[in-house]
Amino acid sequence: MSKEIYLKTPLKTDELVSLNIGDKVFITGTLYTARDAVHKKLFTLLEKKEPLPFSLAGQIIYYVGPSPAKPGDPIGSAGPTTSYRMDKYTPALLDLGLKAMIGKGVRSKEVKEAVIRNKAVYFIAVGGAGALLAQTIKTSKVIAYDELGAEALREITVENFPCFVGLDTKGNDLYEQGIATYQIHEETI
Amino acid sequence: MKEITISTIIDAVEKLCIDANYFIGKDVTDCMKANLEKEESPVGKEILSQILENNSLAAEKQIPMCQDTGIAVVFLEVGQEVHIVGGSLQEAIHEGVRRGYEKGYLRKSMVYDPIVERKNTQDNTPAIIYTDIVPGDTMKITVAPKGAGSENMSELRMMTPSDGLEGVIQFVVDKVKRASGNPCPPVVVGVGLGGNFEQSALLAKKALLRPIGSRHTEQKFADLERTLLEKINNLGIGPMGLGGRITALDVHIETMACHIASMPVAINIQCHASRHKTVIL
Repeated sequence: MSKEIYLKTPLKTDELVSLNIGDKVFITGTLYTARDAVHKKLFTLLEKKEPLPFSLAGQIIYYVGPSPAKPGDPIGSAGPTTSYRMDKYTPALLDLGLKAMIGKGVRSKEVKEAVIRNKAVYFIAVGGAGALLAQTIKTSKVIAYDELGAEALREITVENFPCFVGLDTKGNDLYEQGIATYQIHEETI
Repeated sequence: MKEITISTIIDAVEKLCIDANYFIGKDVTDCMKANLEKEESPVGKEILSQILENNSLAAEKQIPMCQDTGIAVVFLEVGQEVHIVGGSLQEAIHEGVRRGYEKGYLRKSMVYDPIVERKNTQDNTPAIIYTDIVPGDTMKITVAPKGAGSENMSELRMMTPSDGLEGVIQFVVDKVKRASGNPCPPVVVGVGLGGNFEQSALLAKKALLRPIGSRHTEQKFADLERTLLEKINNLGIGPMGLGGRITALDVHIETMACHIASMPVAINIQCHASRHKTVIL
């Protein structure tokens, strides 16, 4: 890990360009939760040239479908879901001002190109650490598509949400570089 | 003839669903701690620490360790001396899942149809149920909630005898490589070798139920498990795929006889939240 950095939303491009893959980042502010079903709906709105339920400018989408909140808790377990399923929709959202996504797993070439083009960032949170990550979530409210249950579009506020820089504004990819560093080449496998 | 009532079965399944999602097995924790020492990548170490902290927090606060509380996979071993009274066994399992996912604040992740409407069933049913009739007068119930992140990275291939051991090794290692960070490594790799098309997949799933660190009872397959684990950890994928030494916690192989022309190989990948709980009634 290179550095520990604290960021507040909405994100500013000059803060993002100084980030490098592997940096540990703590985010405070607002995140929008969206996964498969919401992305499909947002994409349909864009195709029809209709307004989205929230403004994308400077914002972060967190790929998560939380478990139900216990009484007294703002949210249930809330770790990242696998990002590649959103790859089809992400470039269009980045081109409209979305500044970052939080998820897990490798992204497509098209997403990487859109990240570079828009000086955006892809953050990686630890998959399967939903109980731990939920502790950083202070409020949660559904702002659209309530009928989708766990998959609804939520606005959540977080304090020091921990993640790593997975794709930086230069297009460096922590998955590629991290794996290349530790791979042991065998004669034959 | 021993009688087991439907209500006993419903209560048992309800508790197993909740316990499996709140409390990770000691075998997983012990293996994770040992691997934290072995991991060389600083990011990898940080991830393994977060996972350990997450799992103890989930147990302490009694919340799911992961928001994907899975599809409820239920394995039944019903003694042939057992008489089930009061209703349908299948419906009792579904009802237990329904109650467990509601009372435990677990996520409901099942949709009615896979392609057209994908409308949520709202209670995480139906469960996937496998029933074996065995000698004896007890009923063993295992609930293994399976998340989709790792399930989606699984694969089955009808290989041929000429592909040999090398072919199998290459298929398994290459599958883990292609899955990369997606199935939430460190993973457990379940391999089903032999049987036929559907049996190999079931063997791979059952392989995931074995305790981490246990080996196949036959030496030749125990050796193959060790070989695969070493080769997989040499891939460098590491925790969450961000690079490191620890890609898999273990590899388990289950085997069965097969047709002279066939060599089915199924790979079922399990994320680090290797959850399953068992009760014997």
